[in-house]
Amino acid sequence: MSKEAKKTPISERRRFFTDLAHHAGLGVMGMLLWAGYADKAKSSPLTLRPPAALDEAEFLKTCIKCGLCAEACVNRPQNIDKETGRPRPGTIKMAKAQDPVTIGTPYFIPSDVPCYMCDDIPCVPVCPTGSLDPAKVTNPETGEFDIRMMDMGLAVVDQNSCIAFWGIQCDACYRACPLLDEAIRLEYDRNPRTGKHAFLKPVVDMHACTGCGLCEKACVTEKPAIFILPRSIALGKPGDHYVKGWDKQDQARVANQEGKDLTTHTQRSEKAPEDYLNGGLEF
Amino acid sequence: MKWSNIKYLILRRFVQLSLLFLYFAGNYWGWTVLQGDLSSSVLFGAVPLSDPFAVLQILATGAIIGTNALIGAVIIALFYGIIGGRAFCSWVCPVNMVTDLAAWLRRKLMIDRIERKIWISRNLRYYMIVLALIVSAISGLAAFEILSPITILNRGVIFGFGAGVGLIVAIFLFDLFVVKNGWCGHICPLGGIHSIIGKRSLIRVKHDSDNCTLCMKCKEVCPEVQVLGMIGKRSEFVSRQECTNCGRCVDVCDDDALDFHIRNILASKESK
Repeated sequence: MSKEAKKTPISERRRFFTDLAHHAGLGVMGMLLWAGYADKAKSSPLTLRPPAALDEAEFLKTCIKCGLCAEACVNRPQNIDKETGRPRPGTIKMAKAQDPVTIGTPYFIPSDVPCYMCDDIPCVPVCPTGSLDPAKVTNPETGEFDIRMMDMGLAVVDQNSCIAFWGIQCDACYRACPLLDEAIRLEYDRNPRTGKHAFLKPVVDMHACTGCGLCEKACVTEKPAIFILPRSIALGKPGDHYVKGWDKQDQARVANQEGKDLTTHTQRSEKAPEDYLNGGLEF
Repeated sequence: MKWSNIKYLILRRFVQLSLLFLYFAGNYWGWTVLQGDLSSSVLFGAVPLSDPFAVLQILATGAIIGTNALIGAVIIALFYGIIGGRAFCSWVCPVNMVTDLAAWLRRKLMIDRIERKIWISRNLRYYMIVLALIVSAISGLAAFEILSPITILNRGVIFGFGAGVGLIVAIFLFDLFVVKNGWCGHICPLGGIHSIIGKRSLIRVKHDSDNCTLCMKCKEVCPEVQVLGMIGKRSEFVSRQECTNCGRCVDVCDDDALDFHIRNILASKESK
């Protein structure tokens, strides 16, 4: 560009369009950086939320990060240590920047402090935004809070490290469970190694378990052999193809699957058996 | 130093620290005076208060929000809209103490005179509001709330500090070495929201140019110096919305040329 061209003022129209492009460009740049960060700032899928939390995506939208649930949790009367007069650490933590949880949102780590499943569920009604939805823990018949309706997660037993599965007698999780004999049952089994002892194997009932984590806290192994996972991680889904024909309730589950293709499709099933058996199949 | 030169500064620090203490006590001792945090609180165990900007972002994600949060946001917006103006920024927000410290150090260390000037528009905060709402809609996450130093600092006091302190330090350094009043006076979208909300508030600083000796001390300390355009020229209210009602100009003025007054809202509308 010559010196003269530099001095020549650009036209109003050109200035307008250049300004427009400038602002739009900066705006899009900022938006991309920000949206990219927001995506990374979302919680790890292993995050356990307080009782009655909405599904994670909705929860992240609505939680205003006020901490009222955490304050209600730590200051509930049952949590006050009678000797010191001070509250014990609360279950609900508020995520800090270094945690794998969206900053400022409430979560809990059962092996630190499990959820004690208070009858009055003090953490839920204080939520100002409805991220913790009282309806999710209200019994529709009585209209009152029902701790059995909580589903913060699901206890999962690692049978390899659970010493009860080795044959050593341990029922720590079974006894710690607030829904004793419902959420965790002991399954008696013959121990063929000794021939005269029994296994007392803890078995979790997925319907009854609330994910409170008292079992994980109570577990005696170095790293707990029973632990809480979010239900979205811990559970599979059979889909509509498979039905318990002997179970009326399970038939109700697939009552609305009308019109869907019920054939299982795999790469193999696309060809007739004689074709893929004779011709081979590449995957 | 005379009391009249630091009156509002001390009052502001008292209010800011008292609120932080009450929030802290709400968690630590279970006091019911003020519980929650600056995003959403409960006053005296009954009155909901919410940050209008946080609520706006939640609405932008497309979510349905509880009535308590909505009522709380309306209460806050009405209080600052009718009475306080942008007072949240200077009387409540804890980051104000950090950025005020940076601004004070800048003056003492005369950084303004050696620094290479980096120019940022003071309107950036309004673009940040729009951007925050767009990103909230895209990402399904209240976009400013995941990096707001205001709530990070506030929650740090209430629930314990974490790595978020780094952001507070970064803002301090930015204000100290990069742009004068950079965060609060240029970038913070919450400040932008409170500017808009408080545009027509009753409480305003009024300038009396007859008493003014043109010492310009007010302009030295003002964090939003563009609002003091009338100094020494016209006797009128500081009417621009960015004024935080911090009262530093009132403090430093030794000539009785600046003081808080009640503005007649209707009259100021007519004069526009």
